Amino acid sequence: MSPAVGQPIPRKEGRAKVTGRARFAAEYPIRGVVHAIPVLSTISRGRISSIDTAAAQAAPGVLAVLTHLNAPKLPYRPFERPLETSTRVGVFFKPLRDDVIRFNRQYVAVVVATTLEQAEAAAALVRVSYAPLRAISSFEEGLSAAHQPREKGSRGLPYQRGDPELAFAAAAVRVDQRYTIPTEHHNPLETHATIAVWNGNQLTLYDKSQWVKGVQQHAALAFGIPYDQVRVLSPFVGGAFGSALRPWAHIDLAAMAAQVVKRPVKLSLTREAMYGTTGFRPETRMRVRLGANASGTLTAVMHEAWGQTSTYEEYTENTLDATRLMYAVPNLSTVPRLVPMHVSTPQYMRGPGEATGMFALETALDELAVALRMDPVALRIKNEPLADPESKLPWSLRSYVQTMQLGAERFGWARRTPAVGSMKDGGLLIGMGMAGATYPALRFPTSARIRMNLSGSVTVLSAATDIGPGTYTSMAQVAADAVGLDVALVNVELADSKLPYAHAQGASALFASLSPAVREAGRQLARQLAARAVADQRSPLYGLKAETLTAVNGGLSGAGKRESYAALMARSDAPLEVHLTSAPPMSAPKQSTHCFGSHFVEVSVDPDVLEVRVRRVVSAFGVGRVVNPRTAHSQAVGGIIGGIGMALHEQTHTDPRYGRIMNANLSEYLIPVHADVPPIEAVYLDEVDYAIGPLGAKGLGELPIVGVAAAISNAVYHATGKRVRDLPITIEKLL
Amino acid sequence: MRAFNYSKTRAAGDAVMTVSGQPEAKFIAGGTTLVDLMRINVETPAQVVDINALPLKTIQALPGGGVRIGALARMSEVAEHPLIVQGFPAVSQALLLSASPQLRNKASIGGNLMQRTRCPYFRDTALPCNKREPGSGCSAIGGENRMLAILGTSENCIATNAGDMAVSMSALDAVVRIRGPKGDRTVNLVDFYVVPGSTPNIETVLQHGELILAIDLPAAPHAARSHYLKVRDRASYEFAVTSAAVGLDVQGSTIRSARVALGGVGTKPWRSKEAEAALVGRPATEATFVAAAQIALSGAKPRSQNAFKIPLAQRTLVKALRTLAGGGS
Repeated sequence: MSPAVGQPIPRKEGRAKVTGRARFAAEYPIRGVVHAIPVLSTISRGRISSIDTAAAQAAPGVLAVLTHLNAPKLPYRPFERPLETSTRVGVFFKPLRDDVIRFNRQYVAVVVATTLEQAEAAAALVRVSYAPLRAISSFEEGLSAAHQPREKGSRGLPYQRGDPELAFAAAAVRVDQRYTIPTEHHNPLETHATIAVWNGNQLTLYDKSQWVKGVQQHAALAFGIPYDQVRVLSPFVGGAFGSALRPWAHIDLAAMAAQVVKRPVKLSLTREAMYGTTGFRPETRMRVRLGANASGTLTAVMHEAWGQTSTYEEYTENTLDATRLMYAVPNLSTVPRLVPMHVSTPQYMRGPGEATGMFALETALDELAVALRMDPVALRIKNEPLADPESKLPWSLRSYVQTMQLGAERFGWARRTPAVGSMKDGGLLIGMGMAGATYPALRFPTSARIRMNLSGSVTVLSAATDIGPGTYTSMAQVAADAVGLDVALVNVELADSKLPYAHAQGASALFASLSPAVREAGRQLARQLAARAVADQRSPLYGLKAETLTAVNGGLSGAGKRESYAALMARSDAPLEVHLTSAPPMSAPKQSTHCFGSHFVEVSVDPDVLEVRVRRVVSAFGVGRVVNPRTAHSQAVGGIIGGIGMALHEQTHTDPRYGRIMNANLSEYLIPVHADVPPIEAVYLDEVDYAIGPLGAKGLGELPIVGVAAAISNAVYHATGKRVRDLPITIEKLL
Repeated sequence: MRAFNYSKTRAAGDAVMTVSGQPEAKFIAGGTTLVDLMRINVETPAQVVDINALPLKTIQALPGGGVRIGALARMSEVAEHPLIVQGFPAVSQALLLSASPQLRNKASIGGNLMQRTRCPYFRDTALPCNKREPGSGCSAIGGENRMLAILGTSENCIATNAGDMAVSMSALDAVVRIRGPKGDRTVNLVDFYVVPGSTPNIETVLQHGELILAIDLPAAPHAARSHYLKVRDRASYEFAVTSAAVGLDVQGSTIRSARVALGGVGTKPWRSKEAEAALVGRPATEATFVAAAQIALSGAKPRSQNAFKIPLAQRTLVKALRTLAGGGS
C-alpha cells in the first residue's frame, strides 16, 4: 500500500461542489428566516445629523429598522488579547453604536423584512442626513500624518544591519526608485453572508469564515454570552483570500437583528457592500535603494514602505520582512510607516506584505541587473545567503537557487535575448521576465479528533476550515497513512466550532498546523486498536506484542496474521476516538523556515495599442513535500492568476473628493478573465523539510502570488523598455 | 429595487400604446441594462412592458444587398449570421468583442442600441450626476474620468457611450426603424444619438413610447470590407478604452470610399466624416492613415485622467485601417 500523502487524490468535496449540494453560508434552508439589508453611509467622515426611517418602517413586510438610535447596545466584553487575525492596535468597528462616520459605506442602519426584495426596497427608503467633516481620502493627504506603527515586533519596527547609507553612497552601481501598489479588494466569488439563529441564549451562526473559532469568540464577547453558547459553521467557503479571516461587523448586525425580530435573520452582503467593511489590500508606496559593486555583489539595500490604514485601527503587514532575508547583503535597513486615512481597516489579502514588498524588491533587482548588464537569474544566485541574514539561523531548507534553475530550464530562459525589444512574434513585442518568491513556513497549535467507526471507516474532526486549498482531502490522506487504510474510507468533518480547536486558515499555515495533530492522533488510534486486538482472544492477533503490529491496508498485521479494522470493530460497542493537540516546539527556533519560488513569464505587447497580454508562466516552488499534486496545482495556478491581476488589472478607484470607491463592482474592478490566463506550468522541487512538521511539508497558499507582478513588470520592460513601477500596468503607462 | 408592475405584450402597437400612456413605463427585452440599473435604483420604472413575444426577431436580406435586423434578434445570433459576417464583418466583430457569451445570448439588438453609460457617477445614486438627476452637477469632470469621453462632451456631461455594435453600425450607415404612437419613422443611426449639451439626460431622439422595430444595414463595398478593433484593459468582458470601426473600398492603391467611427471616446458612437474625407481619393498608406487619425481626434477635449485616449484612439484607428488595407480583417 503506497502512502496517500503525495498522491493526486481528487477533492473529497468536489462532487458536492459541482452538483450544488455543498451548502455555502447563505444557502442554509432555515425555517422562518427573514432578510436583513444594511444601509451604507455616503460620506467618509462626520456625524449622522438625522435619520428618517418612517417610510422604510411603513414599507411592506418590514419587521424592523435598526439605527444607532434604537439598536440594542451590545455588551462587547473585552478580548483578553486581540484575535490573531485582527489588528493589534486600535478598536474594531462596532456597528450602530454611535452617530460617528469613520469611512464611506459604513453601516448606518439595517432593515429587516420578510423577503429579500422587501428589505431591499425598504432600505432604499431610509433617508440619512450627515454633518460631514473633512476626510483624509487621498494617500497624499494621509502622508502628512504618516507614522511608525505602534505595533512592536518584526513588521512594526525599523530594522538595520551594517551601515546601508554609507554603503549605498559608496556603491559602484545604484538603483533608487519608488514603487506603488494600489488598494486592491479580495473579491471572492461568494460574497460574505451570515445567517443568525437564536435559540434562547444559544446563538448559531452560518457564516463565511476562515476561522470559526475566531468568529465564535468574537460573537460570544459581543453578546456577552459564554463561548459554548455560540456555534459557528462554515463547512464550505467560496473563496476568501483573507477577507474572512477576521469577524466583520455584519455578523454582529445579523445576530443583533435576529435578537430584535426574534426570527432567524440572513444577511448576505452585496458586492458593493463588500467594498465597505470586509477589508482590502492597502495602498502601499515604497522606496527601494540598492547598491552593488561592479560584479553584482549587493552592498546596500534600503527598503521603506508607507501603508494605508484606518483611523480607528492600525493594520500593519509584513511588507518588508522578505527583503531582510532574501539576499546576502551586510548593510540593510527596512523602515515601515503607516498612513491613516478615513477608510475601513485593511485586511490580509493573499500573500499579505510579501506580495507587496516583493513587487518592489524584485523589480528593483531587475533594474540593477539591467544597470549591471547582468542576467537577472545570475544576479540573484550571486547574492544567495548561506544562512538567514536577519536571524543568523541556518536555513531548514532554502531552495531558491534550485527553483530558479528548474524554472529557467522549464521556461527556456536561455533563449531570451537580453536587449530591450529584441524579441518579436509577428507584429508583437515579446518580453521575458523573472522574479523570486518567498513566504514564511508557519505552524500554530491546533487540535484534531479522529474516530474509528464501527464499520472500520475513519472520521477526522476539526474546527479548521477548507476555503479551497483542499483540507478535506489532505487531512484524509494524512489520516489514511497514519491509521493504515484507504483514503476512500476516511471522512473529514470540518468548520464547526463544536469540533476541536483549529487555528485560522491563513498565512499558509493550516496544513502544517493541523496535519501533525491528525497524524499523531491517527497513530495513537492504531496503537490503541493494536492493544485491543492482542488482548482479545477472538482476534487472530491475540497474544502478539502490540508494538510489533503494523497498521496497513485497513487493518493490523503481524507474524503472518492479520485482522481488518472492520472485523476488529465489529466486536466493539462504541467507536474509538483519540483527541489530540499538536503545537510547534516552545523553544527558540534553531532554523529559519521559509518557502521559496521563482516565476518566469512571457508577455506580448502590441506596439501600436500597447495592450499587454501574458502568454505563458512557468513557476517553480520549493515548499517541502507536496501533499497532493492535484490540489497543489489549483493553489499554485490560482495564486499566479491573482498575480496577473495584481500586475495588469486590479485597482480600487477612490474619488478623493468624496472618499468613495467608484468601482465597487465586478464590472469596473477588473480581475483576470479566462482570456487573460495563459498556460501556466507550476513545478515543484522534489524535497522534504521536516523543520516544522513530521510530514516534511511547508505551505503553498500565499507563495504563488508573491513575485508574479514583478516578473510581469520585468517582462514588460524587456519588451518595451518602459519600467512601470506603479501597478497595475495599464496602457497609458506604456504610451 | 422599487416595486413595479409587469405586463407582456404580443403586438408592437399595443406595446407602444401601453408605454406611451404611462410616463414611468419602460420596455424590457433582454433586460441586461434595465434590470442591472433597477437593482441599483438608477432606473425606477413603475411598469415594465415585456416585448420579447413581439415578432421582431428575424434577420433578412433586403433587396439591393442590405440586411434588416429585427430589434429582438439576440446579439449572439446577429454576430454569427452569414449575412452579417459576409456583408458587415465590422458589425459581427464588434458584437463578438462585446460583453460575455451569456450576455450576448440574452441581450437584444434594439436594447443594445439603448445601452446606458458605465460612467461610475451615473451608477452611484449617492453622488451628483446631470444625466441621472438633471441640474445636480457632473462629478466625473473633476473625478474618475479615465474611461470617459473626450469627444462630444459638454461641461454638463462627459459620459461615454459604452457600446461596440453601435460604433460599427454608425460607421456603416445603419438606419433605425421606429414605431411610435403617431406612426412609423426611420432615423439614421448617426442622428439617433445626441450629444449631451445642456441636457445629458436625453441620449437619443427616441421619444417616450417609441419602439425600435429593426435596424437596416445598407450594402456597400466599404461595408463588406470593414473591420472593428477594440482596445481594452483585459482580454475579454470589458468595455473599450478606445475602439475603431473602419470600412474601406480600395481600388488599385487609391481609397474610393471610407467609413470611420470611434468608440470609447465619444458621448455617442463617434462617426468621423472628417477622417473619411481625409482618406477618400488618397493612397492607402500609413501617412494617409496617420493624417486621418489626427483629424478624427482634432476636436478632442481631454480631462484629468483621459488625455492618453487621444494618442491611443489615433493609434487604434491607424492600426484598424492598416489591418484592413493589408487585406486582413
